[in-house]
Amino acid sequence: MPAPSPNVTVSITVNGSPTDHEVEARTLLVHYLREVVGLTGTNIGCDSTSCGACTVLLDGESVKSCTVLAAQADGRSVTTIEGLADGDELHPMQLAFREHHGLQCGYCTPGMVMAAVGLATERGALSSDEVRLGLEGNLCRCTGYHNIVAAVVAGSAEMAGNR
Amino acid sequence: MIPASFAYARPDSLDEAIAVLAEHGDDAKILAGGHSLLPLMKLRLATPSVLVDVGRLGDLSYVRDTGDELAIGGLTRHHDVEHDALVRQHVPILSAAAGEVGDPQVRHRGTLGGSLAHGDPASDLPAVVLALRGRVVVRGSGGERVIAADEFFEDFLETALTPDEIITEVRVPKTNGAGWAFEKFQRRAQDWAIVGVAAIGGDDPGVALVNMGSTPVRAEAVESALRGGASATDAAAVAGDGTEPPSDLNASPEFRRHLARVLVGRALATVAETTAGSTR
Repeated sequence: MPAPSPNVTVSITVNGSPTDHEVEARTLLVHYLREVVGLTGTNIGCDSTSCGACTVLLDGESVKSCTVLAAQADGRSVTTIEGLADGDELHPMQLAFREHHGLQCGYCTPGMVMAAVGLATERGALSSDEVRLGLEGNLCRCTGYHNIVAAVVAGSAEMAGNR
Repeated sequence: MIPASFAYARPDSLDEAIAVLAEHGDDAKILAGGHSLLPLMKLRLATPSVLVDVGRLGDLSYVRDTGDELAIGGLTRHHDVEHDALVRQHVPILSAAAGEVGDPQVRHRGTLGGSLAHGDPASDLPAVVLALRGRVVVRGSGGERVIAADEFFEDFLETALTPDEIITEVRVPKTNGAGWAFEKFQRRAQDWAIVGVAAIGGDDPGVALVNMGSTPVRAEAVESALRGGASATDAAAVAGDGTEPPSDLNASPEFRRHLARVLVGRALATVAETTAGSTR
């Protein structure tokens, strides 16, 4: 084990591409993504593990990147909203959010979509009750959630391939 | 919000982690999932100079059937406790309560050992382990100790852990089909409980309270009443007795005692309904 150090070198696969940087050990994953890697699709909302705007997938599981150190993601894979589409082809969950207009101002949307993708990956096609409970960690102050829930129900069904 | 600077260490083994902790004493903190510690560090309420990241010690994440008990590794995440087949079968209250901690993202990171080590009276799982009369296995430079949950929580965010000790395992007795209930009163999804109750039936009922004191607390008055043959209603009526609940924006101590009585009443009713072989 290297001696305790205020700086760490991290190697994180972000959206399939390797990234290697020396950063301060206190660097949060969300700051690593936005400021070091330059991917600003992941938003900072409350900055206190409440709102979910900064949700990304860490080895395929949803996490709030404001409460994970970049050092904790060392050697792991992170997927952000920029990593969902396949070229010009949107991810089924992105298409569902567009189809059902699951947003208004859009600030919570990247985190909402990533949390939804994580949820659908774990559990398959979701009922609206399951979506409402499963997205309890993501706040939206515009929509009243109705269209978001409709989008995630449809997107999860599409992902599960049983629509 | 960014934590104050610290030196980061990622030991490759438990022994290495204990050595770093022993060297730095009170200046070092253990980082597991980080979902109690990092928020405090971002608010600068905690400013450890050394952070010992044990999150990759994969051999501390497990659930084992040891006969009368389940042994759960200290680094087992809430998500894994919630979904583990052994926990669901033998200690369903723990699975259910783990599924109510925070939100899915939090449960992907937070660990059972971390939740106990944080010692927050408002956390769900300490009260569940208390109600179960579980035990906490810790390792430090002095070797291994097994601490009863009743002896573990000492004061607000203070536990029996010494600075060089780490929770390696949590042992909880199988509930063998006893009725159980976990009640959590909160104003919004994902909030901490304003008051919570963990209750397990059987021959020696266990009842513990969330956010009703400076530590997670056993509802001694309720348990004593139940042992004495009191009805659920009469036992629930004494749920606030002997407690010193906190006062904050959400609730006064009087309101918390009221909530404790109501929630214990509901919990004991559920315990009766869910007890295997119940004639109801």
